Amino acid sequence: MADALLTIENLHKRFGDVEVIKGVSLQVPKGDVACIIGPSGSGKSTLIRCVNALVPFEQGSVKVLGIEVNDPKLDKLKLRRHVGMVFQQYNLFPHRTALQNVMMAPMQVLKRPRAEVEAEAHALLKKVRLENKAHAYPGELSGGQQQRVAIARSLAMRPDLMLFDEVTAALDPETVGEVLITIRQLAEEGMTCVLVTHEMNFAREVANEVYFTDRGVIVEHAPPAQFFGNPQDERTKTFLSQVL
Amino acid sequence: MSDLPVFPKLPAALRPRARAGLSFALPRLTIWHGFGLTALLLICASVAQAANPAPLQKSIFATLVQWTPLLLRGFLLNIEISFLSMAMGTILGIALGLGLVAQTKPLRQTSWALTQFFRNAPWLALLFFMIYLLPYHMRIGGLHISLPDWLKAVVGLGLPVMANVAEIVRGGVRSIHPGQWEASESLGFTRNQQLFSIILPQAFKRMLPPWMNLYAILTTNTTLASIVGVNDVVTRAGQVLAAAGNNPGLLAPVYAYVLLLFFIYTYPVAIATRRLERRTKVRI
Repeated sequence: MADALLTIENLHKRFGDVEVIKGVSLQVPKGDVACIIGPSGSGKSTLIRCVNALVPFEQGSVKVLGIEVNDPKLDKLKLRRHVGMVFQQYNLFPHRTALQNVMMAPMQVLKRPRAEVEAEAHALLKKVRLENKAHAYPGELSGGQQQRVAIARSLAMRPDLMLFDEVTAALDPETVGEVLITIRQLAEEGMTCVLVTHEMNFAREVANEVYFTDRGVIVEHAPPAQFFGNPQDERTKTFLSQVL
Repeated sequence: MSDLPVFPKLPAALRPRARAGLSFALPRLTIWHGFGLTALLLICASVAQAANPAPLQKSIFATLVQWTPLLLRGFLLNIEISFLSMAMGTILGIALGLGLVAQTKPLRQTSWALTQFFRNAPWLALLFFMIYLLPYHMRIGGLHISLPDWLKAVVGLGLPVMANVAEIVRGGVRSIHPGQWEASESLGFTRNQQLFSIILPQAFKRMLPPWMNLYAILTTNTTLASIVGVNDVVTRAGQVLAAAGNNPGLLAPVYAYVLLLFFIYTYPVAIATRRLERRTKVRI
């Protein structure tokens, strides 16, 4: 796949003596949604942190829109303008309102004019259905609302690729849905997404490709119908029988 | 945490109403705590007098009133020294603290060494060091600058303050959840933008209580300046005793009076610190 937006080849990552990723390769074409599932500690979160250079890695290649991440001369700012990331713990800036959270990066990092950024920030909050919470502080919002502000904050950088790191894992069950609806909406608009998730139904409905990782390797990957309907590997079968 | 003594609460009818603005309740202090301290002062005085029956020319109270302006002028110098060393220590300490969390290793190590040295040295030793190290006069170009002892004391006390402020800054920055660094980094913020727009504004609130606590400690430690010859309140207390004929009966009351001055000044700071601590704890 020459036109893949994200290409990972033979990625290795170790923390001290422990090798957490042992040669992972995957490709995500533009507009696709890739879901990465697998047991805890299988290196899923580390894998997507390697994509936007939050975690350095020793060996292998990660390319986003042709930008090689494993390059000592990497322009991290250039990479991060293309890659948005949403975290399990939302990580909103608690001293700023929802609107300011969305506006900070475009203004400070991209140096875009305030009026333009503010109009766009309002539009983004409307998109995640929080236009009435623009002036609320993160502490005044529910988990699901905070997570949607975090998505809007990432979108404000106009990324080409969005990374989601177990974004619903810390949420109350009743607010999981509102966040998943927002992500699905993004996917339908053609945003390229990589999700680390435990939401099997969401993966089944939205993903183009599902990857199952265990102990630092991709055990199996397939389109969702095939992956969930007819898993091949024993480890995949065991895992799916436990979580479904 | 603060280690202030806990006083029993007065019944509601006797409690002075809290005034808006001055929320750390000076009035409550004067009525109840002032009473306790005055009692302590009088007990000390009577014990001293009982031990030494030489008659006083004047009552203790009259003597204290007579010398109050002199003592207050000395106390004012203590406050000035505390302000200036706190200002100096805070400015230098913030710079040093940012060095402690810097990414460049040599800078971090140098800052660490400086911090450890000045934090673990006795304040009095640093004070002596500065008094003898700094010249009496400095000439910069055609400009003569004289360095009085009290100014040297400011420098001597400012150094340990600097090291302690540096530790407060480091602790404040470290107390912010690593997710804040991760999120801002993934949005493309540079290290300095992260520090000044995201981390420090949050850390500031947590740094304020220990910083105020440090100020209270510094204020009491300004009395060390009397040992190196600064005309502060403790030096003046000695002068008052000499002027009153070195009557041993006055010794305890005069020093108790000095203690009272410091208490009245630093206790509100301590109360405000404790309130801030409580507030930041609830909010974060």
